[in-house]
Amino acid sequence: MSSIYEQIGGKPAVDMAVENFYRKVLTDERICHFFDDIDMEKQMAKQAGFLTMVLGGPNSYSGKDMRQGHQHLLSKGLNDSHVDAVIELLAQTLRELNIPQEVVQQIANVAESTRNDVLSR
Amino acid sequence: MATIKYKGEVFSVKVNETVLDTLLNNGIAVKNSCRSGVCQSCVLKAEKGSLTEKSQQGLKDTLKTQGYFLSCMSYPENDLEIVSSTELQIPVTIIDKKMLNSDVLYIKLKYEKDFSFYAGQFINLIRNDGLTRSYSIASLPSEKSIDLHIRILPSGQMSNWLSSNASLGEKLYIEGPIGDCFYSGDKKEQPLLMVGTGTGLAPLYGILCDALGQNHQGEIHLFHGALNFSGLYLIKELFLLAEKYSNFYYYPSVLKNEIEEVNQLNQLNQEVKVGAIDKLVFQTIKKMKGWRAFLCGNPELVYSLKKQLFLAGVSLKEIYADAFLPSAK
Ligand SMILES: Cc1cc2nc3c(=O)[nH]c(=O)nc-3n(C[C@H](O)[C@H](O)[C@H](O)COP(=O)(O)OP(=O)(O)OC[C@H]3O[C@@H](n4cnc5c(N)ncnc54)[C@H](O)[C@@H]3O)c2cc1C
Ligand code: HEM
Repeated sequence: MSSIYEQIGGKPAVDMAVENFYRKVLTDERICHFFDDIDMEKQMAKQAGFLTMVLGGPNSYSGKDMRQGHQHLLSKGLNDSHVDAVIELLAQTLRELNIPQEVVQQIANVAESTRNDVLSR
Repeated sequence: MATIKYKGEVFSVKVNETVLDTLLNNGIAVKNSCRSGVCQSCVLKAEKGSLTEKSQQGLKDTLKTQGYFLSCMSYPENDLEIVSSTELQIPVTIIDKKMLNSDVLYIKLKYEKDFSFYAGQFINLIRNDGLTRSYSIASLPSEKSIDLHIRILPSGQMSNWLSSNASLGEKLYIEGPIGDCFYSGDKKEQPLLMVGTGTGLAPLYGILCDALGQNHQGEIHLFHGALNFSGLYLIKELFLLAEKYSNFYYYPSVLKNEIEEVNQLNQLNQEVKVGAIDKLVFQTIKKMKGWRAFLCGNPELVYSLKKQLFLAGVSLKEIYADAFLPSAK
């Protein structure tokens, strides 16, 4: 069976999803302040790499693990509500790209599975 | 602790020190300017030892494989043997020089050996004593020379020297070309947005001439901003181009409109917009999805506009930006 990555349209689809997702993140009052000083290009490249990996595409993620990658945000108050917001925006982005609901759910589940790492629990 | 060997001497790199820091702290002159990994003037070559990915970011692949790296971005993890990068330098001569307005100097450089570039890329200009600054190319390769627009800063080392001391025939060196801010000619129908402040016009003017010369079909909108009217330049030339090419739109704009300047404006018989340039862009152009954008000049404006354009639907891959970072102290 082909990977979700291939089913949703490979690299162009992932790049588009990451851009749209990132636009939502940067304009969402609940979480945008975490991204004030972040280099957009680098962050989007990492997100695309990460998304490609969890969707079973050609593995190119070379970023930090989720615990390390978010540790410094805990002091800024990172908590469950922010993870909820991120997962909600991700799912919304994918639905807008007409990705089937069951695939959206699978991706949301992967994001959900990183919750404890993101929050260093 | 990693060590670096340079011209027969060995230095140890302290914690949180870059190769550039170590050499400078030991009294070794290394040319450098932005110290942010952008201008590439601190490039050195490692003959032994392995380099981090970060220290080679942005360099051309041919330079990477030969061991060139940015010393300001290099926190070495192992011992390095380093040589300078003088073989990358190309001799140039100043063959023309004039003022474009009260504080923008124009110089034309002739290169002595083959040099291929795109209008809009930048070069590092190197004085004989090693002082190095980045400048963007405003001319086309077909002209076989390099035009630069240089803003003269009150206490600027390079800009003042160029305007007061350097004369026609003066010999300098350049390195480059660097950067991806140029017209690629691949999507002739795509609308182009160009926004620049001050001498940010230099690369934009080059890119514009390139695009028009290659018969670009999509609309091209150029916003040039300055503090006040005297900061604008090439106004007549650009209005003429806008008359000649129906797909080219030119918007000179100033932050402040001073009374005594209104006369000059009336003489021009053309509109100069007043206000913050990013606001003007969004007031003038409502939909920018699918556009390509070129942003040059003041770093704060470039970064902020990049974000605003992205949020307005422009793909990040379609935004080409050169922030004119000042030299670091
Ligand atoms: C990629 C790139 C492309 C560039 N292209 C151009 C170009 O096409 N044309 C051009 O004119 N410049 C350009 N620059 C800027 C240029 O490299 C120099 O920084 C600039 O000319 C000042 O050099 P200087 O030696 O005259 O002044 P310095 O001796 O370096 O600085 C003198 C003083 O002026 C201050 N200063 C520096 N920059 C500014 C500024 N923008 N506004 C106010 N004060 C400042 C410094 O902090 C310092 O106190 C570019 C920079 C980069 C990174
Ligand atoms: C829901 C699960 C999440 C996943 C899968 C995820 C994924 C990632 C990835 C892959 C990176 C790159 C790591 C690296 O630097 O190498 C990253 C960085 C980052 N994430 Fe997340 N993230 C999640 C939740 C969140 C939340 C809830 C926030 C805050 C609202 C957040 C804010 C950030 C920020 C600001 C960075 C950049 C850190 C930096 O570069 O300094 N993330 N994330």
